[in-house]
Amino acid sequence: MIYMDHSATTPVDPEVVAAMSPYWTELYGNPSSLYGLGRRAAAALQSARETVAGLLHCEPAEIVFTSCGTESDNLAIRGIALAAAARGQRHLITTPIEHPAVLHTVADLVERFDCEVTHVPVDRAGMVDPQAVEAAIRPDTALISVMLANNEVGTVEPVAEIGAIARRHGVPFHTDAVQAGAYLPLDVQALNVDLLALSAHKFHGPKGVGLLYVRKGLRLMTTQTGGSQERARRAGTENVPYIVGMARALELAGERRPSETERLIALRERLIEGVLDRIPDVEVSGHRTERLPGHASLIIYGVEAQSLLIGLDLAGIAASSGSACASGAPTPSGVLRAMGYAPNDALGALRLTLGRSNTDADVDTLLEVLPPIVRRVRGG
Amino acid sequence: MAERVVVAMSGGVDSSVAAALLREQGYDVIGVMLRLWSEPASPVVGGAVEQAANRCCSVEAVTDAAAVADRLGIPFYAIDAEAPFKRHVVDAWIDAYAMGLTPNPCLACNRHIRFGFLLDFARSLGAACLATGHYARVEVADDGRFELWRGVDRSKDQSYVLSVLGQADLRQVLLPVGAYAKAQVRALAAERGLPSATRADSQDLCFVADGDYRAFLSRHAPQILRPGPILDTQGRPLGAHAGLAHFTIGQRSGLGIGGGEPRYVVGLDVARNALIVGTRDELGATTFRTGPINWVAGMPPGESFEAHVQIRYRAPAVPARIVLEDGLTSAVVRLQAPLRDVTPGQAAVFYRGDRCLGGGLILRGQVEGEG
Repeated sequence: MIYMDHSATTPVDPEVVAAMSPYWTELYGNPSSLYGLGRRAAAALQSARETVAGLLHCEPAEIVFTSCGTESDNLAIRGIALAAAARGQRHLITTPIEHPAVLHTVADLVERFDCEVTHVPVDRAGMVDPQAVEAAIRPDTALISVMLANNEVGTVEPVAEIGAIARRHGVPFHTDAVQAGAYLPLDVQALNVDLLALSAHKFHGPKGVGLLYVRKGLRLMTTQTGGSQERARRAGTENVPYIVGMARALELAGERRPSETERLIALRERLIEGVLDRIPDVEVSGHRTERLPGHASLIIYGVEAQSLLIGLDLAGIAASSGSACASGAPTPSGVLRAMGYAPNDALGALRLTLGRSNTDADVDTLLEVLPPIVRRVRGG
Repeated sequence: MAERVVVAMSGGVDSSVAAALLREQGYDVIGVMLRLWSEPASPVVGGAVEQAANRCCSVEAVTDAAAVADRLGIPFYAIDAEAPFKRHVVDAWIDAYAMGLTPNPCLACNRHIRFGFLLDFARSLGAACLATGHYARVEVADDGRFELWRGVDRSKDQSYVLSVLGQADLRQVLLPVGAYAKAQVRALAAERGLPSATRADSQDLCFVADGDYRAFLSRHAPQILRPGPILDTQGRPLGAHAGLAHFTIGQRSGLGIGGGEPRYVVGLDVARNALIVGTRDELGATTFRTGPINWVAGMPPGESFEAHVQIRYRAPAVPARIVLEDGLTSAVVRLQAPLRDVTPGQAAVFYRGDRCLGGGLILRGQVEGEG
């Protein structure tokens, strides 16, 4: 099987598995306990927090460990918006190409908490215009949320620029950096962000653990109540083995980033150029250069991607059509619609996301297998 | 390389056993489930929507079918067919009710979706055949023609709803469970440890939640449910009805007329939006006409011939003479004995013994010169 869906998830690095292994049956203590076993767990937790803070260029106390990227986005947006609403600030700014974790959270705040939202449009490449974000800012704007890189089309947004604008206006700025975890620098100072969400399984860590960077001094209302873990910002016993694994995975991603980035860009370009050469009526979606290194997203006109994906699966290639859709029925991607694609064309979205395991030979196989599948689906 | 076959899987026992049998015969089997219909129920937080349970393609059914496929070691895909299903099956079904007919949506589904859309989809995956869990048999005659036969288990026979198939379809269709009795199929499932061994049979109106088609019509086509008069066969008013689509020929209950001799629905007069009721004696027909007929063999056995005719999915076949009209495209059917529930919109399907010859929809109105 050739895995070309690294935007969906990634295999856990064996080094990460090794780092996690003591915390299941030996060092299983609860970090809140006072005895030795608990202290060992607390120390592991603190060490993970310091590692992560070092990589993000922030203080350990600014890191909140969560169960996933979605929870991090929820905590950031709900936490800031509800705290601001108490002060009468109810306006949110985001984009139409955010992950559902952001879009649905904002929609819920609008529906149930009288918030208002401005969706700043994107261009055909899925790029957000920082000036448009600035123009949307109002005196009662509570939060701006713009993703670092888009999951469906791979476009990398001008987050640092938007962050500078937000700071000038004194508006908290959140970025969903889930897709960027493995591939982009995550220096929260350079990015000018106040909140940043990550998910471990996107960078060769385990599923079920994520984190949120929260700049100190921000007023964040907790959304999960209970014990006082994570400085009372996220109640619940810390998932020590997963948090240790996530910290190790983020460390490894940082070490590998320079060489992997270069390698994956070359591989991606060979894949994209190869597909454009071999299959008629294909277009690259998203920004042609400002995109995630291994991310190749294509619009294959005149097909429903569902048939292509099944054909690829039967040929041993794992790919997707954008985001994994839980409900199953293919509806045209909201991201592509926001970028100006017609609904029917958006149904032809094919996403091939390369990662650590992929080689030149994988790309060769794909370029051999895909054209006849497209021909068959278009013909049938 | 093994021949590739797509099996239409529902998560139920029949299609699961069909997939298992084909796998054991060495086919390269791919399981596919069609998502045919979903009705939004209560909206939940953030604009997302819950799907109401509709029996043919609920989340549970997909999960069951996926579990069977996993157990058999075959790939499984749930693919979307909501748009063609709505167009060819649900909308057509509603339109038929609006015309005072009693439609059978399985016929349209088999024609356009299962052996149309899905068969095309199977071909696009490089499959030579489509298999289903229907209780019917495909046989090859001496002259090479494909024949459709009743399932071995007569009590489960589904050849009636497959009577829309022709030679081009049957050469690409496999019906592995048609050779077994239902009890045997359940035993085959149990032997193989298939999780669906004890699941209930699927129902006819798969897209209608709770089987309540009247509630479905009031949700989706309230405009066709108009109150109107109930008349006897002499045109005398007896009361009022809430919508013709609530009624079918031969129906007794729900007329809302108290006392006296039981009354039965004998006709739906769309022009006057009137429900015509009569006594038991006034019910029944000996002759009726059909619309265009699908001949399984590609041609009729003659211009006029004796055969058995089945006028509902679960009705017994009765002897009749069939006389073709309009350049052999439609038929006048003369029954040996009258039937109480000859119902416009249902199919009349012709048989010789266990062999299905084909069928066509029963038309409204009487045959000239007949009572």
